Amino acid sequence: MNQAPHTRRPRIPLTWLGLMPFVIFVMLFLVLPTIHIVIGAFQTRDGSFTLQNIIDLNTGTIPSSYWISIKISVASAALGSLIGFAMAAAVVFGAVPRWIKSPLLTFSGVASNFAGVPLAFAFLATFGPVGLVTVLLRNSFGIVLQRDLGFNILSFWGLTITYLFFQIPLMILIIAPALEGLRREWREAADILGASAMQYWRMVALPILFPSLLGTFALLFANAFGAVATAIALTGSSLNIVPIQLFAQIRGDVLGNPNLGYAMAFGMIVITAIANVVYIWLRMRAERWLK
Amino acid sequence: MSVWARIAGWAALVFGLLYFFVPLAGLFEFSLRARRGVYSFDAYVRVLADPQFQATFSYSVVMALVTIVIGVLIVVPTAFWVRLKMPWARPYVEFLTLMPLVIPAIVIVFGYIRLYNTSSWLPLTGSVFGTNLLLAFGYTILALPYMYRAVDTGLRTIDVATLTEAAQSLGAGWTTILSRVILPNVLPAVLSGAFLTFAIVIGEFTLAALLDRPAFGPYLQRIGANKPYEPFALSVIAFAITWGCLALIQLVSRLQKTTRRPA
Repeated sequence: MNQAPHTRRPRIPLTWLGLMPFVIFVMLFLVLPTIHIVIGAFQTRDGSFTLQNIIDLNTGTIPSSYWISIKISVASAALGSLIGFAMAAAVVFGAVPRWIKSPLLTFSGVASNFAGVPLAFAFLATFGPVGLVTVLLRNSFGIVLQRDLGFNILSFWGLTITYLFFQIPLMILIIAPALEGLRREWREAADILGASAMQYWRMVALPILFPSLLGTFALLFANAFGAVATAIALTGSSLNIVPIQLFAQIRGDVLGNPNLGYAMAFGMIVITAIANVVYIWLRMRAERWLK
Repeated sequence: MSVWARIAGWAALVFGLLYFFVPLAGLFEFSLRARRGVYSFDAYVRVLADPQFQATFSYSVVMALVTIVIGVLIVVPTAFWVRLKMPWARPYVEFLTLMPLVIPAIVIVFGYIRLYNTSSWLPLTGSVFGTNLLLAFGYTILALPYMYRAVDTGLRTIDVATLTEAAQSLGAGWTTILSRVILPNVLPAVLSGAFLTFAIVIGEFTLAALLDRPAFGPYLQRIGANKPYEPFALSVIAFAITWGCLALIQLVSRLQKTTRRPA
């Protein structure tokens, strides 16, 4: 019968070779450095296994710096979610003219990337001791920020409101598509069944949006937790948060134990990783509804 | 839409817009205060004349360009190959490209310092050139999520398999296919990734400071500690560059849409 012609020689599958440059690059400059830090967190100085570094995280100023970092991240993520949600809802549901939406989203794409040294200076120039808003409040209303409201830009709240500059736009970017996924039919169905606007939100819209909201909150949290440059430029070393302490440790081993530095970095990875896993998991749940 | 909902909507929007624009206004106003009593551009003049500014700024510009080249060389062939031959690998590659958003930059650079120090198997931090290279690689990693997503989206709009077969039947090799068929077709996507990379690298602080390279970000932070008005003028410049880059992205993506329409 039909004999298969032997023109094809048996080939070893080589397609995977095309991915090698990428894989090697990512291994060398992303994965291995991270693994090195993680392993270092569980080693003594002479290289044997230990849990002592992790236990030592509970000494000195380290627990308080983690605590302040977590508080700032939670505060800026919560406020960012709230304000971002309100703004996204305003443009998506048509409370303000439609044409605002596209420029707002473009703007958010820019501003959400704007963590850094210049951001710190913008807030210093506005809310610092002689900043625009500070002076305006003092001269026109007789309110002294520091004295009357107990506000200081080089503090917990100062850093939180600075972080909000990139947290709010990030929230808008991520939640706007989710809000657009809310179908008109659901609203109409609720109306026909006699639901009030409150009831629609409480019993239909919010339960559907809940995974998106919580997931975005987690992402915002991770975003704030890893921010270094803004914090350093704004507060120098006056506010004792994890990234600043780790920065000082890398520069000059201020903890007096290199492996304790690894453990601190490891702690950062664990916290941002948990937040991101929560985000991804909730996002997958949210996408079931929002197709 | 009830009146109250409208009012609430406007209130949220106005509050948010104030939140964005008041700090920018404050920054600009402050940068003009260098001369007592009147607004002037003195701080800008002083900053632009500072040789250290010129040196660090051009260093960062060169770094950004090098990063873009490395990024394109790594991302375009990879995204192309995954689309063409290994679609099953896409989630894994995508996962890897998103990792830089999970692992804080400060942790990554900490790893570099310990892994590539003078006593290691690849002593990159031992020489100036090696450290510069390491910094560029680090920036490439930071920009990877944005670059990959931009290029992958660009590839989705073209028929990769048909273009490749057509080029192959005309006798083109892989290098020709990539550089003369695929790259021109995804150029707008590559450009928008490139502008975003530029915006990220130009003001980046953490990596440059910890690898001790004379870049713009650390310079800005340093003079922030000991000059009154110059850092604010510099921040305005940094903002302007970032916005300029992002305006270019908008422009490029709009051009892309208008060139696609007649097809």
